[in-house]
Amino acid sequence: MSGPVQDSIHDALVAALAPTVLEVINESGNHNVPPGSETHFKVIVVSPAFEGKTLVARHRAVNSALAEQLAGPVHALSIQAFTAPQWAERGGVVPDSPPCLGGSKR
Amino acid sequence: MSDVETETNTRIRELIDQNRVMLFMKGNKIFPSCGFSAQVVQILKHHGADFQTFNVLADPAMRQGIKVFSEWPTIPQLYVDGEFVGGCDIVTQLHNSGELEQVLAPKS
Repeated sequence: MSGPVQDSIHDALVAALAPTVLEVINESGNHNVPPGSETHFKVIVVSPAFEGKTLVARHRAVNSALAEQLAGPVHALSIQAFTAPQWAERGGVVPDSPPCLGGSKR
Repeated sequence: MSDVETETNTRIRELIDQNRVMLFMKGNKIFPSCGFSAQVVQILKHHGADFQTFNVLADPAMRQGIKVFSEWPTIPQLYVDGEFVGGCDIVTQLHNSGELEQVLAPKS
């Protein structure tokens, strides 16, 4: 089941980047936050908008689409941004996010 | 910009100018306080990089200031040769693709 923050991340990325593949994963359960939290997310975005862009530029595009969420409830965001050919080459596999170490208890 | 923001900006600029490989992180090399920061430390160590770290959890002005400085909303942030390289995802991706070796290699 997805929560309101997760839905808003999904909708903002659809609007900004017209992704062909989009996965918004709530990883808050792996962290030092109460059950049901929406604080730690991973997004997998495959979009033609990333064509010819550096990794930093791609991440900036995602961060900027999610400025509102990052300024608010979202504490951590892992971004995997690919073009369609890169995504096909990878076979749709992304690395695991690192484990929580306690963090800043925000 | 307020005086505090200007001063923070100057401190950040000095740190990245004075240290070729500079990591702004949560915690330190020995005790990272966040998995994302820990992962970047581990990758830099793996490459034998000579790097300095700054613990943003110990300094709220710097924690906010570094985000404004780079227009990047998250921490860790890695700088090499005064240039912003990226956060944990980008450093990991550059490491996996082999490109990080070039980024870290001293420029002649």
